[in-house]
Amino acid sequence: MSVKYQRLGFRRAYGAFGTMLALFCAALAAAALLAILGYVVVQGIGAINWAFLTQLPHPVGVPGGGVGNGILGTIIVIGIATLMAVPVGLLTGIYLALFGRGAIPEALRFLSDVLSGVPSIAIGLFAYAVLVAPLKHFSAFSASFAFMMLMLPLLVRTSEQAIRSVPQTVREGALALGMSNFRATVFIVLPTARPAIITALLLAIARVTGETAPLLFTAFGSQFWEKNPNNPMAVLALQVFNYAISPYPNWQAQAWAGALLLVVAVLILSLGARLMLRNAMRGLDS
Amino acid sequence: MTAVVTKAGAAVLSTEDLNAYYGAHKAVGDVSIGFDRKAVTALIGPSGCGKTTLLRCLNRIHEVGFDARVQGRVLLEGQDIYAGDIDPMAIRRRVGMVFQRPNPFPTLSILDNALVCAAKGLSRNEKMACAEKALRSAALWNEVKDKLRSSPLRLSGGQQQRLCIARAVAAEPEVLLMDEPTASLDPIATAVIEELIASLAEDFTIVAVTNNMQQAARVSDRTAFMLADETGVGKLIEIDDTAKLFTKPSDSRTEDYITGRFG
Repeated sequence: MSVKYQRLGFRRAYGAFGTMLALFCAALAAAALLAILGYVVVQGIGAINWAFLTQLPHPVGVPGGGVGNGILGTIIVIGIATLMAVPVGLLTGIYLALFGRGAIPEALRFLSDVLSGVPSIAIGLFAYAVLVAPLKHFSAFSASFAFMMLMLPLLVRTSEQAIRSVPQTVREGALALGMSNFRATVFIVLPTARPAIITALLLAIARVTGETAPLLFTAFGSQFWEKNPNNPMAVLALQVFNYAISPYPNWQAQAWAGALLLVVAVLILSLGARLMLRNAMRGLDS
Repeated sequence: MTAVVTKAGAAVLSTEDLNAYYGAHKAVGDVSIGFDRKAVTALIGPSGCGKTTLLRCLNRIHEVGFDARVQGRVLLEGQDIYAGDIDPMAIRRRVGMVFQRPNPFPTLSILDNALVCAAKGLSRNEKMACAEKALRSAALWNEVKDKLRSSPLRLSGGQQQRLCIARAVAAEPEVLLMDEPTASLDPIATAVIEELIASLAEDFTIVAVTNNMQQAARVSDRTAFMLADETGVGKLIEIDDTAKLFTKPSDSRTEDYITGRFG
């Protein structure tokens, strides 16, 4: 029987067609992303200057002003959310990775997946219902609470994966030396998983940085340098939303500039996450 | 029950009717075997014969796996290590283990890997002395003394495995278990580890699983042959002096295996 290719010309042409089709679709996806990025840069770069980054918003009709309080508010709201989400998310991840068989862990995983699919506006409404309505005032803390709920499922599942990706032989090596389960986990397994966990944290922060919907009825916004999480607070994404739907060209330009800041922040967080992960991979493979 | 056969009746470690399970599957059945003091005992047999599982029962690491159980007795200096009041962590400090693939702790330096089992509260100099002793006993000191602070992942596979041996030896165990310690190494690194096993046998009782019959013949004083029965339960077929087992085995199945008729 012949071992030569049958219909070689057709097969080559068919293969080339498939490759071209895949390349075209990839280019389409990349082009859409680049177009958005390019448009935001073109529209936003003009309004970015030192005053924009450091000043309070000016009232309608007064030129200039900035989103300094929104940048500060974003850092405060995400900072508090991170402080709340990390211990809960990490400990749940450890639990799932080390004791993750049976009905309860499976239920936890399922709930976590469901939570990650809940629309952010529904989570914002929940925060409104439990923290804003009963206290009768908007607050940055309620926004942090909503963000925590958005970050939690990401942290739970990714830290579980990170800990699982530590080879079982490393953990057994620690146990075989007479270490307790606790010491093996805290001093050997967790440090090995740390780069991947930090990567997950950066991605979770990036995920909420651009979130706007939950802020509408939690942080609410402010015209002042608000630092008390118990009060309504300006948040950058919220300012972008308010400026973008305003009828004033001055504010619309500032909305583009704010959007550009958000995109750059997410880009930096994602790049940081990729770098962390690459270093971690290099460590484990060699 | 098969009698516990040892050369001089001086078994440091022995099992009595040992059964080991993964869930419902029995991987090791009714194994009674003794390991002589300061001798090297090789466990050989085809894949899936339960030799690694048997080894993992000897330092209570088998039970770490999901749904893994052990039945029967394992006696260390006459004491049953599976008795209810025994702390498995204390057993694992007395029965060290080296794994099939080198598993140095990736986030610790070479020095800290060697010192994982060192006593608490040592001075800097005492720590260095302790690490040097361990690394020397694993024939690694000269190769790493100038890079003690760097990552163990920058060492070759053979060096990593010797670091793991140093780490285990530093705990000053009575018995050293080795699970195919050269399976992932090239022939030169393998020769270095084999020499090391011979020198370690002056101080330790060594039990080594190997898939390589030449290796068993080269490094061991005693050899045990295991085989899975038709239901997949690993059984001990025979244990004897290595020279005798490889020349005049008492069981025809051993002869079939060592002459390459199966496995």
